[in-house]
Amino acid sequence: MSDAMNVHPEVVTTHDVHHDEHHVHHHKETFITKYIFSQDHKTIGKQFLITGIIWAIIGGLFSVLFRLQLGYPDQSFPILQTVFGHWAEGGHIKPEFYYALITMHGTVLVFFVLTAGLSGTFANILIPLQVGARDMAAPFLNMLSYWFFFMASVVMISSLFIQTGPAAGGWTVYPPLSALGQASQGSKLGMDLWIVSMALFVVSALLGGLNYITTILNMRTRGMSMTRLPLTIWAIFFTAVLGVLSFPVLLSGLILLLFDRNLGTSFYLSDIVVNGQILPNEGGSAILFQHLFWFLGHPEVYIILLPAMGMVSEILSVNSRKPIFGYMAMLGSLFAIATLSFLVWAHHMFVTGLNPFLGSIFVLLTLLIAVPSAIKVFNWITTLWRGNIRFTPAMLFAIGFVSLFISGGLTGIFLGNSTIDIHLHDTMFVVAHFHIVMGVASFFGMFAGIYHWFPKMFGRYLNSTLGYIHFWVTMAGAYLIFWPMHYEGLAGMPRRYLDKSSWVSFTQFGELDKMITIVSIIVFAVQLMFVFNFFYSIFKGRKVTTKNPWGSNTLEWTTPIRPGHGNWEGEIPEVHRWPYDYGKDGREFIPQTEPVGENESKH
Amino acid sequence: MQTFFIIAILLLGFLITFQIAKASEYVSILRGEETARKQTNKINGFMLLAFLVLGLTGVYYCNEKLRGKVLGESASVQGVSIDTMLFITIAITGVVFLITQIALFWFAYKYQASDKRKAYYYPHNNKLEVIWTVIPAIALTVLVGFGIFYWFKITSEAPKDAMLVEVTGKQFGWEFRYPGRDGILGKKYFKNIDPANNNPVGQIWDDPANWDDIWFESKPLHLVVNKPVKLVIGSKDVIHDVGLVHFRMKMDAVPGTPTTMWFTPRFTTKQMIEKTGNPRFVFEISCDQLCGKGHTGMRGEIVVETQEEFDRWLASQKPQYYAAFPDKDPTAPQKDSVNAISKTSATTAVTQMKTTN
Ligand code: HEM
Ligand SMILES: [Cu+2]
Ligand SMILES: [Cu+2]
Repeated sequence: MSDAMNVHPEVVTTHDVHHDEHHVHHHKETFITKYIFSQDHKTIGKQFLITGIIWAIIGGLFSVLFRLQLGYPDQSFPILQTVFGHWAEGGHIKPEFYYALITMHGTVLVFFVLTAGLSGTFANILIPLQVGARDMAAPFLNMLSYWFFFMASVVMISSLFIQTGPAAGGWTVYPPLSALGQASQGSKLGMDLWIVSMALFVVSALLGGLNYITTILNMRTRGMSMTRLPLTIWAIFFTAVLGVLSFPVLLSGLILLLFDRNLGTSFYLSDIVVNGQILPNEGGSAILFQHLFWFLGHPEVYIILLPAMGMVSEILSVNSRKPIFGYMAMLGSLFAIATLSFLVWAHHMFVTGLNPFLGSIFVLLTLLIAVPSAIKVFNWITTLWRGNIRFTPAMLFAIGFVSLFISGGLTGIFLGNSTIDIHLHDTMFVVAHFHIVMGVASFFGMFAGIYHWFPKMFGRYLNSTLGYIHFWVTMAGAYLIFWPMHYEGLAGMPRRYLDKSSWVSFTQFGELDKMITIVSIIVFAVQLMFVFNFFYSIFKGRKVTTKNPWGSNTLEWTTPIRPGHGNWEGEIPEVHRWPYDYGKDGREFIPQTEPVGENESKH
Repeated sequence: MQTFFIIAILLLGFLITFQIAKASEYVSILRGEETARKQTNKINGFMLLAFLVLGLTGVYYCNEKLRGKVLGESASVQGVSIDTMLFITIAITGVVFLITQIALFWFAYKYQASDKRKAYYYPHNNKLEVIWTVIPAIALTVLVGFGIFYWFKITSEAPKDAMLVEVTGKQFGWEFRYPGRDGILGKKYFKNIDPANNNPVGQIWDDPANWDDIWFESKPLHLVVNKPVKLVIGSKDVIHDVGLVHFRMKMDAVPGTPTTMWFTPRFTTKQMIEKTGNPRFVFEISCDQLCGKGHTGMRGEIVVETQEEFDRWLASQKPQYYAAFPDKDPTAPQKDSVNAISKTSATTAVTQMKTTN
């Protein structure tokens, strides 16, 4: 089995290059400036990726731990006590520990892996390469963006090791629980560290996002009009806009929370008696926080998903050897999704006592999002239709992404309908919904991106046999884990319950929970295999021998196999066409750099 | 030891997989990359088709296996609407699910790379795109229409004759307050909360409406079958959520901002025991909003009974006012005979509550 795709030597790219490593800027590079405090977008992208991978292992490991609890609530695992001490006395995960684990799992995966790790990586690597720029608009700020993310990571990790443990109020950190140290161990120092870490994270996201937007708007190469941009870039562009507009709202919400926690203000607190102690706060609104949180929180789910959508569009088209179907419709639907994602936040709050009339408006706007989502799905499917499809690991992950996005998008229609949400809110149904549509689907997009652009990043291939095993086990595992979970939710089983034995209504799924736990452990093991493949292939993978291994049209494949800082030697190529001329006029592919021929047909 | 074993086996399995993967890379180079690639492509194309077939079978099997474990018929009138809405949605999304998943995997299989075929240059088709904008839009309009119709029905004002109960969440349990014969929940203020002095929810004793309010915790809430009940929901500390799976209802309990929810139970607990065949059946209140370490066990119970049973039960309850001021309690051990007269009148007063609320 091999990853080499047939390359057509008759296609001549504008700049033929004969040596790989060539630095356009001939300044001295030390180890530190090259690999650590690097301002090269490609290195920064790799830093985001590797940090993201480390976080993913940590976040994934947490989920294995709490799945053990869920699958085997009355079994004891002495090894847990050995490792975690008093958090798992007698080999049983304590509730405080369980809630700390799920909180960290959610925070880490949503923000540190799928926001920073995913869009940080691919925005950095792809924007300059695909728009035809030597680097980001502000390389130094770009570097700062990574280092703020790194500091956020350090603070978050340190919160794992303090006496009272990390934050434990769920990744949504609703006050008053998160505001009152008396109410929960996790709301003591761990919560302050969580807020500080997230504040640093927001700074990182803003620095990155502004850079991405500026670069895309101002630094495109000659001929690269906005409608000639690959969909990856469009998706990253909208992602960045969403981030820039919504992260500040989260930050302000968190700052108010910090004030309530430490300065005695009453933004979110009112009428509280906790642990027998009457608090003085009056007039605050706990629901205000939820509005602020979800004003970021909902766009956030698209911040996670859009880059994956962009990469999937690109990969589906390249490997079907066909243009993406309906480029303008894809663009329009990205725009519609991005806009609507700001207008639906209250669908997370249907049962908070929200005014029912307001609720109905949010139902309408929420279900409206399904229309552009449906357009995307149909267009992806039509892109496959009558293609000539190569199943690279990247392509399989892209197809898997579409399947998962369909499954998870459809359950969104259940939840977006407030009538049904009364029953399903805060049950395992929600957990199944967002894991499929956001968690697993975005991971699939990320994997697709990694398999596809690994040759560009490291000049080597990932081992594709391991890639196929990775895909098939993960695909089957994802459905085995999350599909049946919907039934738990339909039965009304609340989320964030660690032991159902005291209940009459929720005990019927014991066997299912065991099955899910076993499958998650297998799936986790296979991810470790991927991580191994990743690091092994950086150093030992099969070398890339041609500049354009996938027969792709976009600009990144016109750079040297291992581009130096500055990306292109000599001039940046000029662009003459959109990126999706695959299979046109009997030609397998026509790179963007090739001028439009006289007799070329129009589309 | 066992853990060690498992890890060793995992590592071994991994090592073998890795060796095979590496070997296959070399083999493919030996055999010619092109032929190897074609073969891999065929295998994966077939796997995609197999995944579709197995997947759909799995969906069917999963449903057969689990649908009996999902709740039965809704125990509230409102829940019936919710279930109807659920089935409409399952039907529409189910069709879309089948069509799109089948198309996706089938096309992937059917149009796998082949030397005989050239990809068809097909960048767009405005008519198609309009069609698949309009059809989802219509489907969603139907869903929104039904959804909002039921939503307004469920969230409308409670009927005038609805019974009133206050539910208060706290870490980690539920407290209930009935308004007593006047049908009015007396005023309360959180700074008055003082469980040691028998004022657990902070009732303002100056308000006469409080004098007949009945309070209790750790005991089941009692409701009357076929009689609408309006819950006034609050919390003392953090956000909780009154989750009533069998009634399909749910509402957050937010400190400082009371919420309400009303519904009409359709079956008594006894009927449910018969319907489910489960002698242990009880209506449960589950806390559905993460509220701290005891969240998992924040459980309450509800008894739904006939009006007569309810009246009998209510007659046995005592207003909290008398617990706070035992000297005002007419049923307390008497010191003089004057109280003996008011004692009887108080008992009749309590029995009358059923009719007033
Ligand atoms: C057709 C499109 C979608 C609709 C109508 C929809 C609707 C909803 C609704 C109403 C909820 C709240 C459920 C509840 O808490 O009761 C929800 C939860 C969620 N959705 Fe979606 N959704 C859609 C697509 C997506 C996508 C594309 C993503 C991610 C990329 C996503 C991620 C999430 C997440 C993370 C949550 C749970 C948040 C939490 O409570 O922790 N959804 N969705
Ligand atoms: Cu949302
Ligand atoms: Cu709770």
